Formats: sequence, C-alpha cells, structure tokens
Amino acid sequence: MTGPLWELLFKGAWITVQLTLYSAALAAALAFGIGLARTSRLWIVRFLSGVYVEFFRGTSALVLMFWLFFALPLLGWQLAGLWAGTLALGLCYGAYGSEVVRGALQSVPAAQREAAVALSFSPWQRLRKVILPQAVPEMMPTFNNLLIELLKGTALASLLSIGELTFEAKLARLSTGESAQVYGIILVMYFVIAFVVTRVMRLLERRAKASVGRASLAGGGR
Amino acid sequence: MNDWSWEYVGDIMPKLLDGLWVTVQATLLGSVAAFALGLVWAIALRSPTRWVTWPVGALVEFVRNTPLLVQLFFLFFVLPSWGLSFGPLTTGVIGLGLHYSTYTAEVYRAGIDAVPRGQWEAATALSLPRGRTWVAVILPQAFRRVVPALGNYVIAMFKDTPMLSAITVGDMLFQANSIGATTFDYMEPITVVGFLFLAISYPTSVLLRVLERRLVR
Repeated sequence: MTGPLWELLFKGAWITVQLTLYSAALAAALAFGIGLARTSRLWIVRFLSGVYVEFFRGTSALVLMFWLFFALPLLGWQLAGLWAGTLALGLCYGAYGSEVVRGALQSVPAAQREAAVALSFSPWQRLRKVILPQAVPEMMPTFNNLLIELLKGTALASLLSIGELTFEAKLARLSTGESAQVYGIILVMYFVIAFVVTRVMRLLERRAKASVGRASLAGGGR
Repeated sequence: MNDWSWEYVGDIMPKLLDGLWVTVQATLLGSVAAFALGLVWAIALRSPTRWVTWPVGALVEFVRNTPLLVQLFFLFFVLPSWGLSFGPLTTGVIGLGLHYSTYTAEVYRAGIDAVPRGQWEAATALSLPRGRTWVAVILPQAFRRVVPALGNYVIAMFKDTPMLSAITVGDMLFQANSIGATTFDYMEPITVVGFLFLAISYPTSVLLRVLERRLVR
C-alpha cells in the first residue's frame, strides 16, 4: 500500500462517515415521528405508521437501495447515488428505530402521564417535559446497536458506485491486487469507526440518564 | 415515465423464482452454519480459561462490528489465494454463517444465562462432567428460550442475502439486475423482488411472534 492508496481509503472513510451521519439523522427523525404516530389515539394514524414499519422492516435494505437508484428514475426522479443510499438507509433504519421509540414510550409509567395531565400540561409539554426525558435513556443502548448496523449498511452503497470506503477499497484492490491486505485494512477501519460511535453513544446515554437522575456523570453508570 | 407491464412481469418471473430458490438455499445453509458456529462461540465464551475467552471474544466483536458485504468480498477474493477454492454460493454461505454466528452467540448466551444457577450447582453436586452438564442439563433448557430470537436472525439473514449478488451468487437481486441490464427496464424486476422479500419475511415474522408468545412465558 502506497501513500496515494491510503489517501483513497481515508477519502472513502470520510464519505462513509458522512453517509452514516445523513442517514442516521433521517432515520432518527423518522423513528421519533413514526414511533409517536404509533401511539396516536387515531386508528388511521396508528394503522398507516404500522404499514410503514412492516413494509420497510420486511424488505431488504439493498433491494430498496437498488429500487431507489434504478427503478425510481423510470418514474421520472433521478437520485444521486449518495441520496439514494441515504434515503434507503434512513427509511429502513427509521422503521427499526420507530419500534425502539414506541417501546421506550410505553415503558414510561402511566402515572407519569397522568400526573402531567393532572398538572394540566398541554400534550406537547407532556411529551417534551415528562415523557421524552424518561423515554430517551431507555432508547439509547438499542439506538447504539442500530447505529452500528447502519454504519455497516453504508457498505451497500458501494454497489451504487458512491465513493465510500468499500468502493474505494475496490479501486485500491484493482490497482494493487492485494485483496487480503486491502479488505483487511478497511475491515479494521470500519471497526475503528464503530468503536468510536459506540463510545460516543455510551457518553450520550450516561448524560441522558444523569439528566433524569438515574446515573451520575462522573461514575461509570450504575 | 414507463408503464407497469404485467406481461413483462410474467416473462421474468421464472428467472426471479430461480433466484428465490438460491436465496432460500443460502439462507437455510447460512442459518445452519450460524446456529452451529454461534453455539461454539457461546460455549467457548463460558470457558474458564482466559486463553479461550479472550480471542473468541475479540473475533466475535470484530466480525459483528464490520460490514457483511466487506467480509464477503474478503472471503471471495482471499480464500482462493489461500488455496481454498469454493463456488460463490459456498463462499456466501460461509460469510453469512460467520457473520450471523456472532449474533446467535449472543442469543445463546442470553438463553444460557437464563438457566437458573441452581441447575449448574445441581449438576456439580451430581458430579456430572462438564460436557454432560452442557448436553443434558443446560442446553435443553436454554434452547426453548432461544428459538424465537434465532428465528428473527434467520429473517434478517434472508433480507441480507441480496448482498451475495455482489459476489456473483445467482440470487434474486442478481437475477433482477441482470434482467434489468439487458432490457434497460429495472422497474418491474426490482419491485417484484422487493415484494417477494416482503411476502416471505412478513408472514414469517408474524409466525415467530406467535411462537414467541407460546414458548417464552
């Protein structure tokens, strides 16, 4: 491996990080939106959000990505590879995430909701000041796992020829012929990114827990 | 905008179903590999010697935190240069099995942890040898609890098999892609593939939920 090839891989790693962040942002927004919708009082909202979840959990992320990239243009929309990848990963992991949000919302004791009603909080205040602060710490460990899954999912976008890590590795392999070395290196790079993501998420988890008095910031959790 | 053609769907269906058969084969063989290997990891991680638990733990963490697609590429391009020549499907099954074994290991671990401590102690009191304790006491009790969770990973694996198309396994997505490349019309093939995945994975996951309610009380 020479200098330029390393540069290639680091460039790819940066695009992988970007792709992860974009699709994680989309997935998080969808997860909260759909997760809340599934606890709605209106049956039609619950039903439609349920259909969304079952649909995107039931199909394959890669097939969805291919569909957005190859089939959607036939309907008149051509997405750039990066956006097709972001959209596919966001939609797919948003569906998984919404289940996490729903579970965490349901785990907040009913008495908390009732207390907020008794204090005549508006539904929005109830959600923002009482329910979410308690539900979010519950979500964090599973969100951490999902984020790692999403990071690994970004490798799929290499098949749309986005210049992310796996794609750049393919180029490096073609120019050196050193398959074991190149793929070994990027496996380690993915692992390092995953490691950093896990650490950051643990930190956020501790903060979220501390904010509702369930763990101290200084100590390593309970 | 082009119109959806059912005639075209009819024409490509046989090829897609061929692909579906390959997809199903890969999933089933991969599951068998993942179940067996995962059990090996789970038992190894319970070993009293650090020389066993440390390397196995590191391997499991590494494999779990890196992308399956890259692992497939690694195996596909590297195994032959190590003198191990397999077909694409076998390589794919090895990759799927290895990747998912790191998840099933966790499932087994949880199942094993759920067996009451008293069972271990009773086995010790009866001075059962270690191997016999596992086979006759612990595993039968652990298995009941792990079936639904293992089933979920079979579904997850099923949805991951399209990645095998990247290492030239003739699965559903591979077929859809090659049809699209010749007709320049990807709409029908890829849409049909998406719905075939849904048609299989959704009922299976509903069944598993029912099973879970029955088995885990």
